[in-house]
Amino acid sequence: MEQIKASGTELKEKAKELRKTLLTMIYEAQSGHPGGSLSAADIITVLYFHTMNVRPDEPKWEDRDRFVLSKGHVCPVLYSALIKQGFMEEKEIGTLRKQGSPLQGHPDMKRCPGIDISTGSLGQGISCAVGMAIAGKRDQRPYRVYTLLGDGECGEGQVWEAAMAANKYELDNLTVLIDNNGLQNDGFAAEIMPTLDLEKKFASFGFQTVRINGHDVLELEAALDFMGTQKNGKPKCIVCNTVKGKGVSFMENVPKWHGVAPNDEEYRQAMQEIEGGF
Amino acid sequence: MEKRATRDALGAEVLRLGKEHEEVYVIDCDVAKSCRTLEFAQTLPQQHINVGISEQNAVGIAAGLATAGKVPFVVTYAVFGSMRACEQLRQEACYPKLNVKLLCSHGGLTPANDGASHQCIEDMGVLRTIPNMTVIMPADYASARKLIAAAYAYPGPVYMRFTRDAVPCIYGEDEEFEIGRARLLRAGEDVTIFANGDTVSIALEAAERLAEEGIQAELYDMHTIKPLDTAAVQAAIEKNGRIITVEDHNILNGLGSAVCEVVAEAGSGKVVRIGVQDRFGESAPYEELLRMNGITAEAICEKARLLLEK
Repeated sequence: MEQIKASGTELKEKAKELRKTLLTMIYEAQSGHPGGSLSAADIITVLYFHTMNVRPDEPKWEDRDRFVLSKGHVCPVLYSALIKQGFMEEKEIGTLRKQGSPLQGHPDMKRCPGIDISTGSLGQGISCAVGMAIAGKRDQRPYRVYTLLGDGECGEGQVWEAAMAANKYELDNLTVLIDNNGLQNDGFAAEIMPTLDLEKKFASFGFQTVRINGHDVLELEAALDFMGTQKNGKPKCIVCNTVKGKGVSFMENVPKWHGVAPNDEEYRQAMQEIEGGF
Repeated sequence: MEKRATRDALGAEVLRLGKEHEEVYVIDCDVAKSCRTLEFAQTLPQQHINVGISEQNAVGIAAGLATAGKVPFVVTYAVFGSMRACEQLRQEACYPKLNVKLLCSHGGLTPANDGASHQCIEDMGVLRTIPNMTVIMPADYASARKLIAAAYAYPGPVYMRFTRDAVPCIYGEDEEFEIGRARLLRAGEDVTIFANGDTVSIALEAAERLAEEGIQAELYDMHTIKPLDTAAVQAAIEKNGRIITVEDHNILNGLGSAVCEVVAEAGSGKVVRIGVQDRFGESAPYEELLRMNGITAEAICEKARLLLEK
């Protein structure tokens, strides 16, 4: 099966599909993290339908681009992309967080095709991505490594340990994306633990950085394409300004939707809003 | 008896493996000199990474390398490798059963002068509770090299702990060792001693002294505490049920506890545990730290006599 590639406005439709799929998953499971999944939906869409080279029928293809979901709890959006790309069948949508499912509560590389490494404990995925990128450089492989972190996740010190190593080993084949939605589990990041300017922080760690609107698929497409051409020894960081819960009015920027599933009425309304566009 | 530190075996064996297998990587954490991996760094720079003082990051990078077919050996001190990076080991090495090896010098009380902060009496217990983990402490230089080679060949996470100081050489260079299989060092009918690491030579001395008194002690080098050689423990239970465990580790959750688990489930047999008495060490000579905790040949002999009286 060929990977489905898209660009421009087609990506908007794909993002819509992913949002509906992830909400259906979480609704069926009555468990999961809709807020961060929705804020990351456009980023994941562009990665999986435009930027990354993967083979749905050969998930372990040696030269595939790697993706590490460092913020592992938003896996419903990643599972949705994998299903829509054909890594798994549509019927898995209803199995999220259920016993025996490849769609574990957090990504499990041993159970789920297309997951490059298991994650779920915050701050660790970026180190794994650094390891993958070092291997790619040393083996002179063409693949790139992408990892998605939350802004709240950047409170973990290990993130900065990994960033230092990415600079030391000149990992220009590594792109760190920040889902900068300003919220975390307990509330607003500004109140829980201010991140200050993450773009400046990564730049000071030696990264080539850019800040974009993380819901504008064209901006995402352009930023990812551009960073891919920059073979200058600098690791890349794209700070994506996003809105937690994006696409569902009553979830947007509301802390409680970090880890709560919608009820029947909320689910119906959310699906309608997404279908209607936003 | 010749003495060599098992950390020297660490350096020599990973270098040999690295020269032979280009997928072998060493990840140092700013203690390459102490852990004897400097020569690896100089000889095989393409297979070497030094992440500086960041053990958690080291384990994550190792996991990433393992997904790309590398066999990474993370090298640091036992106290930092096993506990500073504990959750990273759990999440990124053990849970996905990736081929990550953690090789740690300065196990047990051996960083004696450094004091409690650098001594490590908890590592084997902490790590043996994590599914998919293998936990090993070799007794001497030759067995350390063989067991590192075995760890390389084993597909999955392995923790190995080494001594800072020189310990007596017990084995010949050609002897073979298997992960999970205890090595019978001495046959005897009266009491069975299970020891690991540098306490094996202490137990050996005790067994010789006991023999002079007419007590025949059987001695096993239980280099792997997970997976434990339960057959060896079962055999000891069936033979006479008198068991002594000896380790340079907290008596909680180390070799002694692992043996007790088998004995308790068997419903017969008696175990006396010799080890660190659930207390922190301090800056002192190594032998003195062992003595303070009753980890001596005399203490082993005394426990053997008591077991035989009952």
